[in-house]
Order: sequence, then C-alpha cells, then structure tokens
Amino acid sequence: MTDLQKLPDQHGHFGPYGGMFVPETLMDALNTLTEEYAKAREDKTFQEELAATLKDFAGRPTPLYFAERLTRELGGAKIYFKREDLLHTGAHKINNALGQIILAKRMGKKRIIAETGAGQHGVATATVCARAGMECVIYMGAVDMERQALNVARMRFLGAKVVGVTAGQATLKEAINEAMRDWVTNVRTTHYILGSALGSHPYPMIVRDFHRVIGEEARRQVLEREGRLPDLLVACVGGGSNAIGLFWPFLNDENVKMIGVEAGGRGIRLGEHAARFEGGKLGVLQGTRTYLLTDDDGQIQLTHSVSAGLDYAAIGPEHAYLRDQGRIDYAFATDDEALSAFQHLSQTEGIIPALETAHAVAHVLKAAPTMNPDQILVANLSGRGDKDVAQAASILLK
Amino acid sequence: MGNRIDQTFEKLRASKQAAMIAYIAAGDPSLDATEAIVPALERAGVDLVELGLPFSDPLADGIVNQLAAARALEAGATTVKVLECVRAIRKKSQVPIVLYTYLNPIYRYGFERFMKDAEASGVDGLLILDLPPDEVDSNPDFATDSSLKRIRLIAPTTPESRITKLTAGASGFIYYVSREGVTGERADVAETLSERVAAIRATTSLPIAVGFGISTPEQVKQVAAVSDAVVVGSAIVKRIAEWGAEPDLVDRLSAFVAPIAAATKSTLHRA
Repeated sequence: MTDLQKLPDQHGHFGPYGGMFVPETLMDALNTLTEEYAKAREDKTFQEELAATLKDFAGRPTPLYFAERLTRELGGAKIYFKREDLLHTGAHKINNALGQIILAKRMGKKRIIAETGAGQHGVATATVCARAGMECVIYMGAVDMERQALNVARMRFLGAKVVGVTAGQATLKEAINEAMRDWVTNVRTTHYILGSALGSHPYPMIVRDFHRVIGEEARRQVLEREGRLPDLLVACVGGGSNAIGLFWPFLNDENVKMIGVEAGGRGIRLGEHAARFEGGKLGVLQGTRTYLLTDDDGQIQLTHSVSAGLDYAAIGPEHAYLRDQGRIDYAFATDDEALSAFQHLSQTEGIIPALETAHAVAHVLKAAPTMNPDQILVANLSGRGDKDVAQAASILLK
Repeated sequence: MGNRIDQTFEKLRASKQAAMIAYIAAGDPSLDATEAIVPALERAGVDLVELGLPFSDPLADGIVNQLAAARALEAGATTVKVLECVRAIRKKSQVPIVLYTYLNPIYRYGFERFMKDAEASGVDGLLILDLPPDEVDSNPDFATDSSLKRIRLIAPTTPESRITKLTAGASGFIYYVSREGVTGERADVAETLSERVAAIRATTSLPIAVGFGISTPEQVKQVAAVSDAVVVGSAIVKRIAEWGAEPDLVDRLSAFVAPIAAATKSTLHRA
C-alpha cells in the first residue's frame, strides 16, 4: 500500500489535484508562506506555543464521547463522537486559526483577512486576532450574513470588520474571491487565514496539518477506550477541513473505512446541491485543481445547501485524490435529512449540532444500523448548533 | 504569415512609438457589439485588443471588470461564441487580438483543442491569469506547441529572482502590472515603474506592456515614455457599462479612446 501521508509534493500537488493556480501577484506571498511554514513546522518553539495555546485557550484535547442512547436506539455499531463542538468558539475552526495567527506573527504581518461561510471560521479568526491585537477583516456572503446573523454579531463584538459580499450568489465562493482580491491589493502587510483545506498550495496542506490534531487525539482515545481502531469514520465535507483533520492520521490504517458527507441540498439537480462528487467535473477554481460544480463552458454553477458551511462549488484537492485512490468514500445528505438529524441528535443525546455537522450525523443514522454491535463508528462533531437555532426554528418549528 | 502581435511591435519599434492596448470584455453588452467595437477601436488608434473571455469567478479583477464579465455571461457569451466573434472580426480587421481569461473555461473546453480553435479563429495570443509558469512546468498538458503567443504577467511583488522564470517561457509581450491590486482605474501611476521595467528589460527582448489602473492621457504619456505598450482596460469597460444601451455606443467609445491612443504616440520612447 502506498504511503498516503507523503503528499502534497513540493509543488502542492496531490496526484493530479491541488497546485498553485493563482495570479502572479500572489505567487510571492504563497511561496513565502510555504517557506515560513516549512520552517515553523520544524521549529520546537512554534510547535510548543501552538500546543500550549490549543490546550489553555481552545480547550484541547476534546473528549471522545460514547453516544450510548443513540447506539442502543440504532442497534448497530458503537457510536463515538469527537467533540470539536466543545472547543472555544464552538467548532474545529479554531485549530487552524490559532496555528495561522502564530505563523502570521512570525512573518511580521499586521493585518489579517479571512473568508467565512457559516461564520465559524470568521468567529475563530476574529477571536485569535483579538487575542493577538491584530486588525481583522472578514469577508462573508450577504446571504450567509443573513442566515448566520448570530456569528456576524459575534465577529463584530470581537472587533472584526465584517464586509458583506453581494456578487454572484453571495455565499462562500464569492467571499473567497473578495478575500483574494483584498490580499492581492494588500499582500505586503496582510496574511490571509484561509479557513478550509482548499485554495492554492500551501493552504490545503497547512489547514490539514493544523486540524490533524483531531484525528491524532481520536486515534489515541479510541485505542485507550476500546483497545482497537474504529471500523468507520464519518465527517461532513464542505471544503473538507474537519474531515481531513479526522481522517488523515488513520490513512495508513487499512481497516479503517472513511466516509465524507457532502451537502445534497434539495436533491442532486443542477443548482440545487453542493455535492461535488455527484455530477461535479475536474476543473480549476480559486487556486486549485479539483472536482467542481462547473458547466461545460467552464462557468461555476450555483450551489445550494441549508448549511452555509457546505454551500461551496469545489472540494479540497486532497479529498479528490483520496477518493481516486479508493481510500475515502463519499456520500451526501439532503437538507431534509440534515435537519432531521439536527433534531434527532438534540433529543437523543442532548447535543445540538451545527447544520454542517448534522450532515455527518445524518449519515451516522443511516450507516450505524447496517453495522454489527461489535463494530465502532467515530463521527466528527465538528461544530455546535447555537448559530443555527434561528434558522432551524424558522424551518422546523413553524 | 508572421504573428500579428510581433508585426505590430516591429512596426512601432521602427517608428519609436509605444503601442496602445485596449481591454474589453467580449460579449459586453453583446457579442454583436464586440464585433463592431473591435474594428472601431482599431480605427481610433488602438494597436492591439485584449478580449476578456468571461469567467464567473474573476478573482484578479476589480468590480468594473467583474460586472462586465457578468453582463457578458448574462447576454449569452460562451467560449465557442467568443471564438466565433473573433472569426467575424477577422473579416473586417487585422488588429492583433489577445484573449484574457482564467483557466477553468479553457480547461473545460480542452486545453489543446482550445489552442487550435483559437488560432484558427484568428486569435494571436493568450493571457491566462491563473496559470503561472510553475504549473506549466509541472503539467506538460499546459505546454502546447501552438503558435499562439503566451503573454505573461509580472507583478510589483514578483522578486527579481523570479522575473527570468516568467520571461523565459513568454512570447508576444510581457505584461507588467503597474500597481498591486486588482484591475481598476487609479489616481496615480506607480513611481517605481521605470526601475521595474528596466529590471524586466534586462532579462528579455520582448516588448513590455504596462497596465492595471491607467485611464488618462497624462498617465498614458508617463507610461509610454518608459514602456513599449500601455494597457487601458477598466476605463473603457466603465464607459461600455455606462453607454451600453446607447445606439451610438461605438462612436462614443471611439471618441473616448482616440485621445488616449494619440497620447501613446505623442511620446517618442527609448530614443
């Protein structure tokens, strides 16, 4: 079996995917970031500062929780949840934001920009900027600002400037375009904290590495608890950061299966979903070659998901590669299935998940009953649902 | 027949004049309009036309060009139709045409097939904003032996050590971005321009065009004095947005462009 933990190569390629497809204006900044990150990764001081901050400020390690009632009800595999929702700011996104702010300080940057979809990455970035005393500008689609209003308020309380983006369909993709335009203009003073395992090299690698702690902890915890590795890992996939963080440390454990769950929206029809492996094609968007929802003319198609964090036209390049290798399988959950799982988990386990996370939970509800009671399933509970309460109430409680 | 881009620069070099390059989005406000605008720009003194092949997510472009691309897509522009439009223009005008675009539309069309079809339509050069030479080197499928000129961008942030890498694989001309940031009009022209142009000139004999943010005859004169070509884009695109519905759009554009084109010719450069 090939070592799947050796990529990307020096050019940022995961097989045919990934790379640096960006305007020349950004090449120097990306090359510098690649070099600085390579140094930081080998630097004990950097790693110690990151580990200490993750522990004392973010609240790591997060628990691996045995969902006893859900397990009994579904009558299949033992279900464990990796509780990233218990982290400070409410989602896994803080892992990467903390890593990148320490990197930005090392590079002498004074100003931070970021995009956000659901607002969790925006909140995490605003949080680490407040703590570091750095100027922070967050780009967010106008549609997402409306459906994630709580997070917009949180970012503003944390001192960030939130800039609404009205172009196109006014969601995550347009927010990334706008953040990249800002970066092109202010590249000398500014670091762009990209929030998912996508975009140009070195971002898919950096973001993955900062989230690997999820899977490293989960692997250790499940071994302590069960004395063996799990049979199945489940995580939702927008760009794919929480999924790659959980999956990566298990990639060379041949018997551990993995499923990434994309957003099926209102069903797999043009413009109604964000499941890139269902009808997506190979293409290049926002710096990377990967699977995209694009038409034959090369224009990016509209997407839809009830969850702002999964509502994006491209999937992280490493996911495309690992799917080709047959290492990770991908499924999707529709809006209705996610909303139903949102309520189900709330009422069975007393955990209100984020709507993004609810897509992973929806798959757990399908997969666990098909497994044997001596099998183990670990799902990433990537974020908590406080931010989604108003939106879910408007759909479910009317 | 030699390439129209090379011929144009040779002619201008002999008369010690800089070229005027105009950028417009193909299909804005319609492909019929583009078919009429390009020959009119040539008559108004434009030496080379950059045609934007519209993409839904133009992340290196400012708001003026984003909106133009959106209008063009809305009006039905596709890669195939833009190439047909160039073919139609070629019946009336031999002005050099460079397609300015992003990789995904070409990627979906098929890289080699695109090169062949663009060339057959009468396109002379190609500028793909998000395809740096680094990716061409590691993906042989992006390096074709087409006779289309491969225009390369150099940015103010490009380190000197990288300039050679960029000019080495380029042909037609080098496009120096005079200001950091996305496309759009600016109040002033960067001061360090002549130094940067000299640094590029030291690595290549290709003509050097300067663009991103040039909009007035005064700026054009400053830039023409140190470079081989001046690119005016957003300033023209903005007028197309404003006058798109007017029956005399083409005449108005010609009147707007003529004094800018005249300014490029008023400065004898590299004397």
